[in-house]
Amino acid sequence: MIVKELTAVDKKKTREGFGRALAQLGHDNPNVVALTADLGGSVNMRFFAKDFPDRFINCGVAEQNMCNIASGLSLVGKIPFFATFGCFATARCLDMIRTTICYANLNVKIAGSHGGLLTGEDGASHQALEELGLMRILPNMTVIAPCDFWEAQRATKAVADIDGPCYLRLGRASIPVLTDENSPFEIGKAVTHREGSDVAIVACGVMVYESLMAAEMLSQDGINARVINLHTIKPIDVDTLVSAAEECGAVVTAEEHQIHCGMGSAVAEALVQRCPVPMEFVGVQDRFGISGPGDELLKVFGLKDVDIVKAVKKVLKRKK
Amino acid sequence: MLVEAKSGHTGGPLSCTDFATTLYFNVLNHDPGNPTSPDRDMVIYSIGHVTPVNYSILAECGYFPLKDLMEFRKVEGHLQGHPNRLDTPGVEASTGSLGQGLSISVGIASGFRMDNKPNRVYCVMGDGENQEGSIWEAAMAAGNFKLDNLCAILDLNNCQIDGHMEDIMDINPIADKYRAFKWNVIEIDGHDLVQIRDAFATAKSTKGKPTIIIARTVMGKGVSFMEGDYNWHGVAPSLEQGEKALGELGTNYAEWSQRLLTN
Repeated sequence: MIVKELTAVDKKKTREGFGRALAQLGHDNPNVVALTADLGGSVNMRFFAKDFPDRFINCGVAEQNMCNIASGLSLVGKIPFFATFGCFATARCLDMIRTTICYANLNVKIAGSHGGLLTGEDGASHQALEELGLMRILPNMTVIAPCDFWEAQRATKAVADIDGPCYLRLGRASIPVLTDENSPFEIGKAVTHREGSDVAIVACGVMVYESLMAAEMLSQDGINARVINLHTIKPIDVDTLVSAAEECGAVVTAEEHQIHCGMGSAVAEALVQRCPVPMEFVGVQDRFGISGPGDELLKVFGLKDVDIVKAVKKVLKRKK
Repeated sequence: MLVEAKSGHTGGPLSCTDFATTLYFNVLNHDPGNPTSPDRDMVIYSIGHVTPVNYSILAECGYFPLKDLMEFRKVEGHLQGHPNRLDTPGVEASTGSLGQGLSISVGIASGFRMDNKPNRVYCVMGDGENQEGSIWEAAMAAGNFKLDNLCAILDLNNCQIDGHMEDIMDINPIADKYRAFKWNVIEIDGHDLVQIRDAFATAKSTKGKPTIIIARTVMGKGVSFMEGDYNWHGVAPSLEQGEKALGELGTNYAEWSQRLLTN
């Protein structure tokens, strides 16, 4: 894909991909149950709620209760998906997720919408920038951050097929659609969107698109960047990452999340044991978000393609 | 088991013993030989720390051998300080962080109702635990959802770790609060076996509302030097205290240990 094509792609919301897949799951599996805490519209549960009113529970504005109602439903064989904004789905329910869900390895699926700065004008209280870290630290938890509308659909269906707690990061904004209905998806298996051997850019969510744009810009300077979509942050695809580090010799990570404890940290943890190489981290630099249009926030916080280009040039100076 | 473990909670389990025993031996539809039977009623201990009564009853029912109780809180055993469903047969949920069991029970009750199943869920709660906000989120949901297959039992022993409940954070008038949250409320003497049995029967026949049995109990019930003393919330008796307590309950340490180890 060249820059011209990348800029011309459709834009769709990952939360809508989730909502459509959930409704499909409702048809496919009578055990799938959906719960929300007064944000059914925002998390796109309307399709499911319309088709399966008896399997939809609106818990009111009470996220902790919703979380453990889901736990109880899983204990009697249901496959509950609970969804609200990522901040509330994780930080507010953390004790419930830790002790009731993860410790007991319950089959509860958590969908956190409004992940990242693209949440925009609502500001820091509503922009989840640390939830991937909060979730990936918990034993038994699977953590997925889809890169687009179709990947969100595939991820939603995939988590229903595995037993155990899963967290899905979804976004508020429409973002470029990079994959299609038939693209492959396997939990724990990273996807290489672009081959290259000078540097590996590892990204998730909307940052996969920004990374592809960056790779295109870098190619103008004769730098061949590999772009890896690390949709599953846990369990992490160590083999793909180690191969990339061995073959490229330098890694830049890009995420719409705090640089601490997020996807980039997970990549560093994986690489440092088997193939340490110079790394740079593109992400939110240990600060809270602010209000503003989402795309402008990506610029203000240094999460655009040009920022990835800068990070690549910096890391290449350290490459041996 | 507490003497052997050298740590654990003593007072609360003794205040729960009468209603918990009645629940498992006279009320519950369960099969210790098939702990995951889809036909079973479920018990959620929202107060996870009362594992001594929880595990003792499960062992007496036959979920696992009595001798396992001697490995309570030990690395080689399967009986965690607070219950974990992955470790111990008959434990339905992993609890210990207070205030979570009622929400879990609401989920279980909702699941049974979705499937038109007659199974019931029982939730054992503490009084100090009713200071947690999450209990009231769950109470509101259970009342609004009209979950008449849910029965909560509140162990109202008026003691929590730091002191008497009224001196720390009074939850009263607790019966009025649950009535206001659309619950059927039954208040009983939690050590009167007839009242306990009648309350469970009334709960089962009550339609359109969840029931809470508010059981007025005595912390450390049955052991003179423990009764009513909040200091017994989270400590285990010494060997000497254990001997004295078992003596008051009609046995002795050697005899009781022998019974556990050979069954």
